[in-house]
Amino acid sequence: MLVLKTLDSMGPMHGFGIALRIQQVSEDLLQLNQGTLYPALLRQEQRGWITSKWGISENNRRAKFYSLTRAGRKQLEEEAESWGRMSTMINRVLRTT
Amino acid sequence: MLEFVQVFLRRLASLFRRRGLEDDLDEELRSHLEMAVELNVRKGMAPEDARSEARRSFGGVEQTKEAYRDQRGLPMIETMLQDLRFGLRMLRRSPGFSILAILCLTLGIGANAAVFSWIEGILFRPYPAVAHQESLVAVGGTSRDEPRGTPLSWPDFLDLQRSCTLCETLFVSKITGTTLSIGDRAERTTGSIVSANYFDAIGVPPMLGRGFLPGEDQGPSAHPVAVISYQLWRGRFRGDPQIIGKTERLDGAVHTIVGVAPEGFYGTFVGWRMNFWVPVSMEDTFEGGGYKLEDRGARWIESYARLKPGVTQQQAQQEFAAISQRLEATYPATNRGRGVRLWPLWQTPFNNAATLLPTLETMLVVVVCVLLIACANVGNLLLVRSFARRHEMSVRLAIGAGTARLWRQLLTEGLVLSLFGAAGGLLVAYWCRHALVLLFPARGGVQMYLPGELDWRVLALSAAVCLVTTLLMGLVPALQTSKIDLASSMKMEAAGVVGGRGRAWVRSGLVLVQVSLSFILLVGTGLLMQSLLTIRSTSPGFNARGVQYTGIDLVSVGYTPARAQNFQDELLERVRSLPGVESAAFSRMVPLSYVSSATAPIVVDGYTPPLEESPTVDYNEVGPGYFVTLGIPLVSGREFTRADDEKVALVAVVNETMAQRYWQGRNPLGQRLQLKGRWLQVVGVAKDSKYSSVREKPTPFFFIALRQNNLRGGVLNIRTPLAPQTMAAALAREVHALDPDIAPYELITLQEQLERSTSPQMVAVTLVGVLGGVALLLAAVGLYGVMSYAVSQSTRELGLRMALGADASNLLRLVMSRGLALTAGGVLLGAAVALALTRLLGNLLYKVSPRDPLAFGSALAVMAVAALAACFLPAWRATRTDPARALRD
Repeated sequence: MLVLKTLDSMGPMHGFGIALRIQQVSEDLLQLNQGTLYPALLRQEQRGWITSKWGISENNRRAKFYSLTRAGRKQLEEEAESWGRMSTMINRVLRTT
Repeated sequence: MLEFVQVFLRRLASLFRRRGLEDDLDEELRSHLEMAVELNVRKGMAPEDARSEARRSFGGVEQTKEAYRDQRGLPMIETMLQDLRFGLRMLRRSPGFSILAILCLTLGIGANAAVFSWIEGILFRPYPAVAHQESLVAVGGTSRDEPRGTPLSWPDFLDLQRSCTLCETLFVSKITGTTLSIGDRAERTTGSIVSANYFDAIGVPPMLGRGFLPGEDQGPSAHPVAVISYQLWRGRFRGDPQIIGKTERLDGAVHTIVGVAPEGFYGTFVGWRMNFWVPVSMEDTFEGGGYKLEDRGARWIESYARLKPGVTQQQAQQEFAAISQRLEATYPATNRGRGVRLWPLWQTPFNNAATLLPTLETMLVVVVCVLLIACANVGNLLLVRSFARRHEMSVRLAIGAGTARLWRQLLTEGLVLSLFGAAGGLLVAYWCRHALVLLFPARGGVQMYLPGELDWRVLALSAAVCLVTTLLMGLVPALQTSKIDLASSMKMEAAGVVGGRGRAWVRSGLVLVQVSLSFILLVGTGLLMQSLLTIRSTSPGFNARGVQYTGIDLVSVGYTPARAQNFQDELLERVRSLPGVESAAFSRMVPLSYVSSATAPIVVDGYTPPLEESPTVDYNEVGPGYFVTLGIPLVSGREFTRADDEKVALVAVVNETMAQRYWQGRNPLGQRLQLKGRWLQVVGVAKDSKYSSVREKPTPFFFIALRQNNLRGGVLNIRTPLAPQTMAAALAREVHALDPDIAPYELITLQEQLERSTSPQMVAVTLVGVLGGVALLLAAVGLYGVMSYAVSQSTRELGLRMALGADASNLLRLVMSRGLALTAGGVLLGAAVALALTRLLGNLLYKVSPRDPLAFGSALAVMAVAALAACFLPAWRATRTDPARALRD
């Protein structure tokens, strides 16, 4: 979901950019190895949520750019919604006890 | 679901462009790292630190790649392909081993597939082109004497057809034959007498013309119409498109051809192809015994029913039982003690399904045995190789391969072998699918038709066999690897001991199985052989040696009964005066032929049948001199003479069993019996003989005089010491002298006829014997392999024994006793299983107990000889051990 959200708000991006962005957004709370991002990207690509194509980065380097597809946007909405429901519910449970 | 398929396809597609994707991945990760380095440098790190920091936050590059690859492709399939490639390489590397193993498996799987295809084509789906054969059942009658199935009468059949609510339809198909003259040759061809609904009921519309109309199965010879087979149409009529409406003489009556059956339809009779179909109203033209459609006592009909969807056989059987009880109550004179029964197609009592069923069952058991032996053999070979590959396996385990991975690889190697075996086996089955018929001699010039069917069911079953095979033989070496002790196997192999425990037991176990399975087959061969010999040496009650017979069809050429009678009398005179002919006589049929005996209810003067019985006896019409010609002795009275013609009182000759049953100790001579409303006087009593099967029990039977019944005696029996060719030439001359338009059929010796009737036993003996021989060979090879391996592994022990003073005979005994102990174990196991299994041989056995000690004894003897031979060479080699060298090495 993090990847989808990043691509949704930032537009097409390469793997390094996505990794950096996730680290910034999570304020370094998520200290994952950046390498684990790539199998995840591939999985989402196989599911048709994102697509990739080769391009030139801001500092003139060949890099693979990922962008969100329609199916990906729909998936993001669904996940955001279900996440919202879940957190509301958990909040409510926490407040009542 | 859709998404799943999509993902699967993408991953599958990636397998085919691995190199490009691999380059992509490299480049992507490289650019990631370079960007990270650049960023770190910009943040002010030294280049060295920048690089290591980028590496650290990325994590392991190779691990990432590995995880990426697993996600990208289908790891299961990839490793399988890898294993497959490796397996093929292993096969290529040791071609001798591979060829031997694949041959074993081809034999095992091929034999299975061939037998499956026969069972499918002959028993389960015997009638090509007929729709929904699974809902067809055979319908026949039962009586107290014949619980195994009698024909039905036409009125009974009509009642069944009217009252049955659980059947979609019932139809009649009764085999008959006729003669077609082709040039100056006469040729027999088979056809069916069918009910008018036949072609609708089986769902095979004629290709040209029509089937039969509803009214066409009524009235004596009222509807001379026929549907002919595709082969007959192509062959005899050269595919004439105007065939409909043309005529053809069939058994004397001119029939109008109203239809042509489609290609690939051979009728509904297991064993023969049908070439024409006529409605039941023509029955009195084709069958002896007069018009029977209104006679409830005349049982001649063989019929089938198609059950409604969802109706089980039991339900239908119950309904039929209720109907037959009603018939019994309404018509006690003809139906007392009689019932109606259903059989699944593969148990049909009135065609060759019944004869072949036990043969095919036996063969199924035999081929499964052969397959198991083949598996054991290949398993043994694989095992030997796995010892050779111990080092390889240990290294693999040592560098971190899981046992499961090794198992998978070994099973894949097994699969490669069994796939080759299965491919070869299916080829074998394809070649053999029509081979069964070769074991049956042609009858009267007509070859039997016993097709195998290689349909998807057979293929699926063969695939299953292939998988089971893989598991069975792949498992052995796989189990072996799981016991590898890394530490010790990386060191030198320890020396073994003859008869030592440990690894050897697996191989010994396999040999044990092989020995016991081949012992079972040997016992089976012995039993079948013995019963064949018993049947052959059983006197059929007539003297078949020196008797030849042939058919002369006068009706087909349009003779009137009076003219036919004249012709027969003249021909008989001429034949009797030929040099070398001892005697000759006409009869309606010969014993043991597939033409069924005429059968009819009788009334015996002075015999009151108990309730539950309506006496019905088979009979034959024979001419003067018949008993002398066939060598059937008369116990008392006389046989028929020329004087027994239509002008004098009707006479009959009964057999001993019949005299016993109906006159109970009184002298039957001079007594009367009634047949079809006419009284006959008994003038003679003949000794019992065999009438329809060599294996039948003594059964009541009687003979009536051919000349008094105005029947066309179709068969001329001749007793002569001359060779059939000489006789045939002489006979043809005499026939031509009387009428140049008539040709006799091929001359057949009665001995041949007698031997033919034992062909199911013959086939079973041949097949079980051949496969048993192969099995014995495989088992002997297996035993030899185990013993020589044991000897080669224990040279040190043997050397030590020699050094301590053991001489050659001691060592010989040591090795031999080990091998023979193994054999003895196998024989004991095999004998135990054989005791349970041989009962399956059922009616293939004739007057031989399934536990016959002679068969078991001779199997033991053969096994012992084979085992001695197999053990001797390794034992002899053991005595040649050089103690000095064995101890030094």
